[in-house]
Amino acid sequence: MTSAYHEERIGLLLRLLRPAPRGWVQAAQELPAARRTMDEIIARAEADADFQAALVADLEAALAQEGYEPSRPLLDELRKRYAQD
Amino acid sequence: MRTVAVTLSDSELVQRCRASDPEAWNELVERFSRYVYAICSQGFRLSPADAEDVFQDVFTRVYTRLDTLRDDSALRPWIGQLTRRRCLDLIAAAGRVQPVEEVAPDGRETSVDELDEAFAVREALAQLSEPCQEMLDRFFARDESYRMISRDLDLPSGTIASRISRCLHQLREELEGKK
Repeated sequence: MTSAYHEERIGLLLRLLRPAPRGWVQAAQELPAARRTMDEIIARAEADADFQAALVADLEAALAQEGYEPSRPLLDELRKRYAQD
Repeated sequence: MRTVAVTLSDSELVQRCRASDPEAWNELVERFSRYVYAICSQGFRLSPADAEDVFQDVFTRVYTRLDTLRDDSALRPWIGQLTRRRCLDLIAAAGRVQPVEEVAPDGRETSVDELDEAFAVREALAQLSEPCQEMLDRFFARDESYRMISRDLDLPSGTIASRISRCLHQLREELEGKK
């Protein structure tokens, strides 16, 4: 029986799927935690106009001021919501 | 250390993610990260910055839209489709021309079908022993030399070569068993 999976081809296919940069993988894995934090921040911003204004003015500074860890997925999602035009 | 068995099917993984199991989500990202990365960087030859944007956006969509997946066993094709669509959106938004050919790291033309086949080989690889998985991944996917692997594992180069050969043979048997 001949095989489509001779060893040279297996090696070639293994080479196609290289590891993604570790930081990208970690950021994606942090998504659930980032979503929870984001929901908390949005709820606070809706209840506190000053906090919302601070987020719009300088997102990262406002988060740091309140002790939030500015992870990549959190910043990406909040920028979509609070980025200044 | 992973606490969710890598032998979980895609359907089981989806169900656990829907139940907010954080280890299942980590495993899902781990399982598909290379595939998404390969579509972005090899399939569409996006710049590293664009590839990272698409990569994060795809996993965000997977996370937020997992409930909309009708067939849990179709996770891989769904993620593949999401990724290709996002790559095309980005290319269209930038007014760029879509690459006609897709190019593998060694300069050969490749295709999404070939990436799907590569994914099947990685699934088979996950069935081998940890040392075999590590050996083949280091040599083929991470481009580590015999010398580098030999130094890290404190083994003679000749042993590395014979282990790679043996593990490759096992992987071939695993693949043929699935045919």
